[in-house]
Amino acid sequence: MHADLGARLVPFAGYEMPVQYPSGIISEHKHCRAAAALFDVSHMGQIELFGDTAARDLEALVCGDMQGIAPGRVRYTLFTNDLGGILDDLMVTNAGDRLYLVVNAACKAADFARLESAGLEPRMLEDRALLALQGPKAAEVLSRFAPEAAEMRFMSSALLTLDGVPCRISRSGYTGEDGYEISVPADAAENLARRLLAEDEVAPGGLGARDSLRLEAGLCLYGHDINEHTTPVEAGLTWAIQKRRRAEGGFPGDRIILAQLSSQPERRRVGFIPEGRAPLREGTALTDSNGVNLGGITSGGFGPSVGGPIAMGYALTAWTTPGLSLIASPRGKEVPVKVTTLPFVAPNYHRG
Amino acid sequence: MSDLRFSEDHEWLRIEGDTVVVGITDYAQQQLGDIVFIDLPEVGKEVKKGEEAAVVESVKAASEVYASISGTVTEVNESLADEPAKVNMDPENEGWFFKMKPSDPSELEELMEVSAYKDFVAGLG
Repeated sequence: MHADLGARLVPFAGYEMPVQYPSGIISEHKHCRAAAALFDVSHMGQIELFGDTAARDLEALVCGDMQGIAPGRVRYTLFTNDLGGILDDLMVTNAGDRLYLVVNAACKAADFARLESAGLEPRMLEDRALLALQGPKAAEVLSRFAPEAAEMRFMSSALLTLDGVPCRISRSGYTGEDGYEISVPADAAENLARRLLAEDEVAPGGLGARDSLRLEAGLCLYGHDINEHTTPVEAGLTWAIQKRRRAEGGFPGDRIILAQLSSQPERRRVGFIPEGRAPLREGTALTDSNGVNLGGITSGGFGPSVGGPIAMGYALTAWTTPGLSLIASPRGKEVPVKVTTLPFVAPNYHRG
Repeated sequence: MSDLRFSEDHEWLRIEGDTVVVGITDYAQQQLGDIVFIDLPEVGKEVKKGEEAAVVESVKAASEVYASISGTVTEVNESLADEPAKVNMDPENEGWFFKMKPSDPSELEELMEVSAYKDFVAGLG
C-alpha cells in the first residue's frame, strides 16, 4: 500500500518502512501541524500483560507508577537497568483486565524477554497493526468514524469500532499535536488506512516527517537521545518517575536515579539552535572556545515549522543554561550553537 | 555532441566555453528530498576529481557531492544560501552549484552524455 502511495521504502528493524511520500518531508510535516497526517507505525511492539499483579510486577522493571494508572488511562514510562540507564521507553495503558504496552521496534524482543524473566506472561500482539492519526484535525476526522473519539481525554484509551472493526485507540502521539494511535487487526489495517486517507484533511506521513515532528516537539528517540548510558534524570524525563516510586524506589538503578534527582546529574539533555542554516547531525561534538568537549548532539536536523536547523543532545550541566553558546565544528568550520529549552514548537495537545 | 555531461554520482556538468557549470540532477534531488542547505566550496578552491566539492543537506541527511573533474572553482551560486529549495524545483538550471575551470578538460570525455545517463538511471530501477 505504501508503494501505491508513491512512498520511498527503506528497511528498518526488519520492516519495509515508508520514509517519505512524493509530497516530501517538509510538506508532510507542515500538513500534520495544519490538518492531519496518518503514519503507519506497525513496526512498534504491542504487548499485553494479564493477571492481577501485572502492574505491580511491571514496576520491578520500570521507573513509573504502574499501579497508579487509572483504568482507561495511558502513561509514559521507561525500562531501566541497574546503572540507571534507559533500556527502552514505552507507553502503558490500563486496559481494565490487562495492561497494553507499546514499545520500540528495535527493543521489542529484548523487552519481551525482560517481561518474561520478571515473571510476567507477556503476549506479543503480532496480528495488530498500529496507525497514528496526528494533527489538529485528527479529532474531527476520527469522530466521523466514532463520535466518542472527540470526547476522549489526552492520554486516555478506549475500545472503539472504526469502520466496523474493533480498535484500541489512545489519544496520544509523537508529534506534539493532538491525535490518536490506533491499534487495529492487521488484516483490516490497510482498508482502515485507505478510509482515513480518503478524508480531505488527511495526508500520509512517513518516518522522515515523524522524526522532524518529534524533534520539534522535543520528544526523545530511543537509541539516539536516550539509551542504556543515559539516565531518566540526565534525559530530563523525571516527570516519568511519579511520587510513590521516588519515595519507594524498587526499580533497576533506583539508587543512582534517585541520587541524581536530589543532587545534579553531570549532564543534561537540552535543545540546541545552530547559527545559520546548516543542520547539525547526530554525533556532532560540542565544545567551548578552547576546544574542550562539553557534550554532543543526539538528534539534529531541519525543523520545517521552525524554519531552520534544530537539534537536541547533552551538555555538561553547567553549560545547559538557555542562551549559552557552544561550538560545533562540522566539516572543520566552527558554528556557534545556542542552548535552548525544549520543545521548539509549543505542544498542541488536547486539553480535557 | 551535447555540451552536457553526467556522472554516476548524479551530477551534471554543462560546458560553457572554458568554464564548466556543476549541479546535481533531477534524479539526485528526488532521491535527496527537500534540500535545506548546501555547503558550497569557496571561490578559488582547487578541487580534485573524486574529492568532496560540496555537501547537500536534506531534511533527513547530509550527502557529499564529489568533483567529477579536477579544476578551480570560479563562481558559486550564492542564491542557494537563501533559497536551497531551488535545487529541488529547478536542479539543472536555477539550482546550479558552482562553476569551475577544468585543469584537464579530457576528464570530461570520461563522463556520460544525456542518453547514456538516462539509461544509467533507468537501470537503477
